[in-house]
Amino acid sequence: MEVIVVLLPLAIILGVTFIFAFIWSARKGQYDDLETPGFRMLLEDKKSTKLRKED
Amino acid sequence: MISNQLGVSAKNRKLETFSYDDQIVKWFVTATVIWGAVAIILGVLIAFQLAEWRLNLGLAWTSFGRLRPLHTNSAIFAFCGNAIFAGIYFSHQRLCKARLFNDLLSRIHFWGWQLVIVLAAITLPLGITTGKEYAELEWPIDILITLIWVVFSVNFFGTILRRRERHIYVAIWFYIATVITVGVLHIVNSIELPVTWTKSYSMYAGVQDALVQWWYGHNAVAFFLTTPFLGMMYYFIPKAANRPVYSYRLSIIHFWSLVFIYIWAGPHHLLYTTLPEWAQTLGMVFSISLWMPSWGGMINGLMTLRGVWNKVRTEPGLRFMATSLTFYGMSTFEGPLLSIKSINAIAHFTDWIPGHVHSGTIGWNYMLISGILFYMVPKLWGTELYSKKIAHTQFWLATIGLVFYIVSMWVAGITQSLMWRAMDDAGRLIYPNFIETVVKIVPMYWVRAVGGTLVLVSYLLMMYNLLKTARTGKKASAEIYEAYALDESSIEPNADNHRKLEGWPMIFSVLSLIAILVGSAIEIIPSLMAKNYIVKIDAIRPYTPLELYGRDVYIREGCYLCHSQTVRPMSHEVLRYGKPSDAAEFVYDHPFQWGSKRTGPDLARLGGKYPHMWHYKHFWDPREVTAGSIMPKYPWLFDSKIDYSTLTKKMDVMRRLGVPYSKSEVLNAVWTARTQAMAISGELIEEGVPKKVVEMEIVALISYMQRLGVDFKNIPENPELAGPEVK
Repeated sequence: MEVIVVLLPLAIILGVTFIFAFIWSARKGQYDDLETPGFRMLLEDKKSTKLRKED
Repeated sequence: MISNQLGVSAKNRKLETFSYDDQIVKWFVTATVIWGAVAIILGVLIAFQLAEWRLNLGLAWTSFGRLRPLHTNSAIFAFCGNAIFAGIYFSHQRLCKARLFNDLLSRIHFWGWQLVIVLAAITLPLGITTGKEYAELEWPIDILITLIWVVFSVNFFGTILRRRERHIYVAIWFYIATVITVGVLHIVNSIELPVTWTKSYSMYAGVQDALVQWWYGHNAVAFFLTTPFLGMMYYFIPKAANRPVYSYRLSIIHFWSLVFIYIWAGPHHLLYTTLPEWAQTLGMVFSISLWMPSWGGMINGLMTLRGVWNKVRTEPGLRFMATSLTFYGMSTFEGPLLSIKSINAIAHFTDWIPGHVHSGTIGWNYMLISGILFYMVPKLWGTELYSKKIAHTQFWLATIGLVFYIVSMWVAGITQSLMWRAMDDAGRLIYPNFIETVVKIVPMYWVRAVGGTLVLVSYLLMMYNLLKTARTGKKASAEIYEAYALDESSIEPNADNHRKLEGWPMIFSVLSLIAILVGSAIEIIPSLMAKNYIVKIDAIRPYTPLELYGRDVYIREGCYLCHSQTVRPMSHEVLRYGKPSDAAEFVYDHPFQWGSKRTGPDLARLGGKYPHMWHYKHFWDPREVTAGSIMPKYPWLFDSKIDYSTLTKKMDVMRRLGVPYSKSEVLNAVWTARTQAMAISGELIEEGVPKKVVEMEIVALISYMQRLGVDFKNIPENPELAGPEVK
């Protein structure tokens, strides 16, 4: 079961990575507004009036 | 602040124009549709093979043991994999309001991934496999997968850095978890020492290999078949319904709780094995905890449809999405249930498990992919769905087929399990012959195969429908969009510093993670593997060279897909098979071969049970010794010669992995193997078998069969070494 020595730190590293990601996102104000993002993603992108490019 | 986020009034922000790379999405969509058909056709074929053994066709590369890994790999990595990339690339660009980071990387990603799939389709039928479920691909392909995954990661995170939308929508978080975790899982589980270009041995052995494998196996389900699909669910369902997600707050809680709980649940695949009990309990507790986030997400998705349920009736895309969530709810209810030890004792090794898996893969993955395709394809090709009628027919066929599948497997699994454990008042097995319990459930295999066929027909209808849709599409021209660039000056002071640091935490965490992983893998693992094995039992000896070769044949033919090699500490198993397994028995098993399914009986105590001739006949035609057997014939083992050329190398690699072969044992490997082959074939030839048998692989396989569990059986009764207590 020595493989625990690898797996446990690994799981912890992964967990800590996500904890940092969470703290980062919370500090960055990602969750200050938990209402409008759900609506905003529904908005269509604004088409540019300038040009259209052939694909 | 909100006005800033909406990009309406921004004094200092630059208005930028951009377009989306939809070409790459179209490619991935096309690949998804094609590979999905391959995966399902293979699934139907092997389902029929279980019902009727003749469909194995007597050929090596069409036998169940070789096609089953091809089915699982193509369903997971080719069908779902391409679907994930299509769905992520479509939604990620739109949620970030930015084109994918680099067009060239996107193309390398696409062609690289298709190359992986083609290599898998070639190598697996040839029997080139590592013998670890869902991670069967050999080491050069593993390396290619890693490279492609890195390309994908760079492309993905690069897009996040260039986003024009400050808020990272919840779907992107699910994608982030996928990208990071799948990379880690794949690398850790694939650490192996090569013998040749097409053969390697797992770095880990026995219990440790089992733990790593199921840590990987479970999280492959979690982070390949669940998190990316949940992310796509949070994008495509609101879009298709034109409704915001029921509770955005709940979706955030859903994500973080799921991510922290999922990674620990793997050991529930190893209940009642020789994995330490605390690890089993840990896995069970976390599995049950998963009920919460899973159902939170399912309810959130379904409630998003409030007010538009009438559209579920008329819009095929929404109908598939709603149904997929229902099946997601069902299978995430069943999963934790199955991880409870007392229920697992009944369900494990039976057909209940494939039933459970397919309620997830067909009900959740296939249905959601259909829904997403019905949303994306008309948009990408600038047209309408060709036929709603065909789509509704597809829906009913798929649903009914799946119900056939699930119900037949419940019946088969529970029936067989109860027969295995049935004992009379005198404490004897009521069905001592395993074959009785197999013959009983063969009708259910037919029902399952019919169900699978219905799913296949539904899939072909979808292919036709989508093809027709794409045909009627106009030549699409890429739209140019505009949005404001991100600039924090309008939000906070000290904007310059913040702007620069934006995104760095993520990049840093990824890079450091990779560095730490590679470092610890290189440093720790070899030293671990070399010594300090569990509780050593001197009587347990490494395999002889011929047995080692036979074991590789066992792995090559995929025997582990139908036969387990671990006896659980339960009285009926002890009666049927013998002493419960002990962790010390597996210390030289690179990789472990415990298996996860008993379509045939457990083989952990097989050695010495039958004479060589029994095995010889059995591999020629199992029905010669076991009437009613559904096992394929293995005639090619009687024609293909043992390849002694790599044997010394194999022994040497095993030695480097810590198996205590002496130098002379390695050097004399071929001679030792030939001697043992002569001894075994001598007995066979006496009974009238052709003399050429001595050269053939069948002899090596028999030598391995006869070794299984023998060392442990021969240990004199000693309470300390008697294995776990029988309950």
